[in-house]
Amino acid sequence: MALYFKGFLVALKGAPTTIGVTVLAVIIGTALGLLLALMRQSKIKIINLIAKIYIDVVRGTPLVVQAFIFAYGLPQMLQAHNVNFTWPYLVIPAIICCGLNSAAYMAEVIRSGLQAVDKGQMEAARSLGMTHKMAMRLVIIPQAIKIILPAVGNEFVTLIKETSVLSFVGVVEIMRRGNLWNASTFETFPAYIGVALVYLILTLTLTKLIATMEKKMSQEAC
Amino acid sequence: MIEINNLKKSFGDNEVLKGINAKIGDSEVVCIIGPSGSGKSTMLRCINMLEEPTGGEIIIDGEKVSESNINEVRTKMGMVFQGFNLFPNMTVLQNITCAPINVKGMSKDEAEAKARELLSKVKLPEKADVYPKSLSGGQQQRVAIARALAMEPEIMLFDEPTSALDPEMVGEVLDVMKELAKEGMAMAVVTHEMGFAKEVSDRVLFMDGGYIVEEGKPEEVLSNPKEDRTKNFLSQVLAI
Repeated sequence: MALYFKGFLVALKGAPTTIGVTVLAVIIGTALGLLLALMRQSKIKIINLIAKIYIDVVRGTPLVVQAFIFAYGLPQMLQAHNVNFTWPYLVIPAIICCGLNSAAYMAEVIRSGLQAVDKGQMEAARSLGMTHKMAMRLVIIPQAIKIILPAVGNEFVTLIKETSVLSFVGVVEIMRRGNLWNASTFETFPAYIGVALVYLILTLTLTKLIATMEKKMSQEAC
Repeated sequence: MIEINNLKKSFGDNEVLKGINAKIGDSEVVCIIGPSGSGKSTMLRCINMLEEPTGGEIIIDGEKVSESNINEVRTKMGMVFQGFNLFPNMTVLQNITCAPINVKGMSKDEAEAKARELLSKVKLPEKADVYPKSLSGGQQQRVAIARALAMEPEIMLFDEPTSALDPEMVGEVLDVMKELAKEGMAMAVVTHEMGFAKEVSDRVLFMDGGYIVEEGKPEEVLSNPKEDRTKNFLSQVLAI
């Protein structure tokens, strides 16, 4: 039993990194995802196409491959072109990569949210003389946020688990802690049970948190 | 004053408006009646370009409405929708002050004072801080009227403002509209309320099949229609 507890504690040390990467990635993902979603609604074909290609490419390739490209491929390529570039911390490309990855998924979530807002809302806003942009900012997006909150929560939970692939590129997060401890002690089962427990605690807490938030928002009059 | 010249609108192969010519003068109240599918709402929505006309032109105060001046033109025309379309993410007061503050650059204090004044006018002064969800349909529509009035429009466009309401709430909305008409607000009202059309309007347009079939003073069109189509329509509507 003590071994399992040890395994849990070892994995727990990686939690701040996992949480940090996830939170920052979600922030990047939401901001960029909103931009992509708006681009997807654009009537200008080329803007629409750029967003579509981005989303297709990112969703069509595994995160672990993207992580390798960012963490190792990019510096190598730049060095080959005589640009002296290395990542000061591996966690930086990890955050960027997860953020860019998440943006593609968020874009689709946000797009569905924007489309779910009643058409009459845009008409009412425009009939009052608002520009399209103003109507989006003041009327449509605030309503879309409420609609997509559960899906964003899901994306958050998924991303927590997905960040485990960052262990492959050497980011010392929960999974990597477990790997290292396993390598030095050969306590494989306790090591990964510990890792699993830490992830489970994180995702369950988050799910609970989101559920409370949703409840609060639906109780508000708006 | 609004001038509609040879207005046409098609949705795909379906030509809904086949050449509409009409004028709405300052302080004039025009009711537009006709069977469903006759193009009444489409015509109203074309006036402020919620639907883009496929032909013809709309001229307001001598200025042709186009893509480039549409936001400015829309501030001169208040629109009230069948489905109210209040913003559910804002309180009643915010619904009314949103456009004056953001579009006209009015100060928040000024906009709020104006909004409260308008709320009194539509007889809902106590509802300033609630959300639209907690209001009845009739109350929501009255807030929607106040919201449109907050932009100080020259004309109000009403697109079947009472069609989505329970019967007992129709009166309160029509009362507000009558009040407006009395104050000299120019209004174009698409409606099935023949009583309202008769009592309030200066002119009635009867539309059918994408044309204005008959127009004139309400007592002429509604009581003594000349066209067969108008007679048919009225006999059906008034028989109920």
